[in-house]
Amino acid sequence: MSRDSDPSSLDALALRRRRLLQGAAALPVMGLSGLSFGQGQFPTAKVNTTKLAVTDTEVTVGQLHSSTGTMAISETGSIQAEQLAIDQINAMGGVLGRKIKVIKEDGASDWPTFAEKSKKLLVNDHCAAVFGCWTSASRKAVLPVFEKENGLLYYPTFYEGLEQSKNVIYTGQEATQQIIWGLDWGAKEKKAKTFFLVGSDYIWPRTSMKIARKHIENFQKGSVKGEEYYPLGHTNFNSLINKIKVAKPDCIFAAVVGGSNVAFYKQLKAAGITGDKQFLLTLAVTEDEMTGVGGENFAGFYSSMKYFQSLDNENNKKFVAAFKAKYGKDAVIGDVTQAGYLGPWLWKAAVEKAGSFDVDKVVAGSPGIELKTAPEGYVKLDANHHLWSKARIGQGQLDGTFKVVAESAELIKPDPFPKGYQ
Amino acid sequence: MTLSDMMNIGLMQGFAGLSLFAVLLLMGLGLAIIFGQMGVINMAHGEFMTIGAYSIYLAARVTESLAPAFMPYYFPIAIALAFVFAFITGWIVEWVLIRHLYRRPLDTLLATWGVSLGLQQIFRTFIGPKEVSPTLPEWLMGSWTPHEGLDIPINGLFVLALTALVTSGVLVALHKSRWGLRVRATVANRTMANATGIDTMKTDRLTFAIGCGIAGVAGAAFTTIGSTGPTSGSLYIVDAFLVVTFGGAASLFGTVVSAFGIAQTQSISEFFMTGSMAKVLTLSLIVLILMMRPQGLFAVKVRR
Repeated sequence: MSRDSDPSSLDALALRRRRLLQGAAALPVMGLSGLSFGQGQFPTAKVNTTKLAVTDTEVTVGQLHSSTGTMAISETGSIQAEQLAIDQINAMGGVLGRKIKVIKEDGASDWPTFAEKSKKLLVNDHCAAVFGCWTSASRKAVLPVFEKENGLLYYPTFYEGLEQSKNVIYTGQEATQQIIWGLDWGAKEKKAKTFFLVGSDYIWPRTSMKIARKHIENFQKGSVKGEEYYPLGHTNFNSLINKIKVAKPDCIFAAVVGGSNVAFYKQLKAAGITGDKQFLLTLAVTEDEMTGVGGENFAGFYSSMKYFQSLDNENNKKFVAAFKAKYGKDAVIGDVTQAGYLGPWLWKAAVEKAGSFDVDKVVAGSPGIELKTAPEGYVKLDANHHLWSKARIGQGQLDGTFKVVAESAELIKPDPFPKGYQ
Repeated sequence: MTLSDMMNIGLMQGFAGLSLFAVLLLMGLGLAIIFGQMGVINMAHGEFMTIGAYSIYLAARVTESLAPAFMPYYFPIAIALAFVFAFITGWIVEWVLIRHLYRRPLDTLLATWGVSLGLQQIFRTFIGPKEVSPTLPEWLMGSWTPHEGLDIPINGLFVLALTALVTSGVLVALHKSRWGLRVRATVANRTMANATGIDTMKTDRLTFAIGCGIAGVAGAAFTTIGSTGPTSGSLYIVDAFLVVTFGGAASLFGTVVSAFGIAQTQSISEFFMTGSMAKVLTLSLIVLILMMRPQGLFAVKVRR
C-alpha cells in the first residue's frame, strides 16, 4: 500500500527511492532497533496473543485521516508524514522483524464516518495500532470505539487537553504546553501587559483562551482587554479590527483557524496592523497555513509551536530532506505533520520495549519511551500518554517560512488537567 | 481616547460596513439573476465563485513565472478571465443539466447541489486540497492613510468599486439591452414571450451563464480578502442565499437594499457585541422580518 508521489519517469522513481533509502539509512538507530530481531527470537505466537493481524513477516496497522472533505487541507500533511515514517521503518527491517503493512481509511471529514472506519480497522482488520484523527471532534468520535475494542491510537494534533485515555497516545502538545510558555515569553521579551484574545468559535480556541486568560490574570497580573470568537469560516474581520484599535492591546493573542485565518491576516494588513507596529502571537499558524495566508501578510507576527520546518538540527535536516524527496521540493512541513511523523516511531519503540504487539503490553511499555532522533529534538513520553517537548516561538518571514526566535530551555511536562486553570 | 481617535474609529467602522455591503452584494448578484429571473435555485453558486478565485490564482502563477514585470497589471485582466471561465462552465452546466429541469424547481436544487459536490472534488483532485492565495499586486495591499490613525483598506475600496461597476452594469443591461428586454419578457410570461418570437431557451442559457460569470467575478474579488480552497464556495453560499431571499427573489433592487441592511446590522452589532452574538442578532432580525414579509423586502408585482 505504499504510495509514491507521482514520478514523471521510472528513473525519477528509482532516484527517489534511492534518496529515501539513503535518508532512512542515515537515520541513527532508535531505541533498541539496532539489534536484529529474527522471528526465532520473537515467534508470532508469543508476540501476538490477542489475535492482532500479525504474521511471521508482516504486521498490519491502520491509518485514519480525512483525505476528502474540508479537513483534507490539514490532514494531508499528517498522512504523508506517517507514511514516510512507516516507509523508513520498513527500510530498516520493520518492527520485531516484521514489515508494516498499512490499511488506509478515509474519515471524509465526517465524525460518524471516523467512528465507523475505526471500528472496521479494529474489528475486521485487527490493526495492531492506528495512526490518525486530526480534529478533536473526530478523536472524541473514535474514542469509545478504541476503548471498547482495546485498540491503540496515535493522535498527532495539538489540542485542548482535558483528556487522557489508556488507548490513545497524544504526540502533539496539550494546551498548556503551547500557551503558557509563549505568554511568558511575550510578557518578558515584548513587555506585553494587555492582551486581546481572538479565536474561532469551537472547543479548541475556547479552551485555549480560557487557559490563557487565567494565566494572564492570575499569574502574570496582566489584563485582558477583549475576548472574541467568530464562527468557523468567518471572513469579515473589519469590525473586530476596529475594536482592537480601540482597545490598543500590547498583544493580540489569536487562535483563528482554517479559511478564516487567511481573511484575518489579510485584513489586519489592509487595516495597517502589521508586524512592525503590533505584537501578535498565534496558536494556529504553521507552515501549512502559511501557504494560504501568504508570507507578506504574516511577516513579523509570531507563532507558538513546538516545531518549525526551519529548526536547525541534524535530525530535522534529514527529516526535511526525506520529506521533500518523497513529496516534492515545494512540500511544507507544519507542526502537526512532524507530530504525525513521531507516531510510528513511538509505536515501534514501545513494541520493541514490550517485545510484543499486544496493546496492553505496548501501553504498559509506553511511558518513559524516548526518541532521540525526533525532528523537533529529544522527546519522551509521559505516564499520562502525552509527550514532553520544548516550546518554541517562530517569527513569520516574507518568504512564508518561520525564523525560530526563542525556545524553552527545558522540555515542558505535559499537563492535560492543569490545576488553577479550570 | 481623544475626539479625533473616535472620529477615526467611526470612519473606519463606517467603511467596514460599506465593504461588507459590497461583498454581500457581489455574492448575491449572480444568484439573484439566476434565482430571481429563472427560478432556478443554484446550489453550485459558491463553486462558480471558487472557479473565479482559482482563475486569479492561475493567472498570478502564470504571470509570476512568465512575465514577472507584468505583475502589477495582471489583476484586471485576471478578473475578466474569471468571468469568462465561470461563464463557459455555467453555459455547459445549463446545456447539459439545467435545461432539462426547468419545470421541476426542486430537482434543480438537487442537481446543482450535485454539481457543487462534483466541482469541489474536481478542485481537490486537480488543484489540491490546500488553501491557496494568489500573489496580489503591491498596489492592492495595505491601507490608504489620509492622516495618522485612519487606515482605509485598499482591497476594501477595490471591492467597493468593482461591485458598483458590476451592479450598475447588470442594471443597465437588464433595462436597456435586447438581452434585458428578453429576460424581463420571459420572467413576466414565458409562454407569451415564446409566442412573440423570443427564444426563451437561448435567453435562459445566456442568463444562467451571465449569473455564473458574475459569481466568478465575485470569487475573483474575494481573493483580495480571503483564501481559496476546494470548499471555499460553501462558506459563501449561505450568505448569498440570505441576501437574495431577504431582498425578495425577483428584485435586483431588493438585493441591493437587503445586502446593505444585513451588512450594516452585522457590522455595527459586531462592534458592540461579540462576533457570534452579532451573527445571532442579525439572523434573528432576518427571520423576524421574513415571518412578517415571506416574499422578502421587495416583491415584484407580476401577473403569473
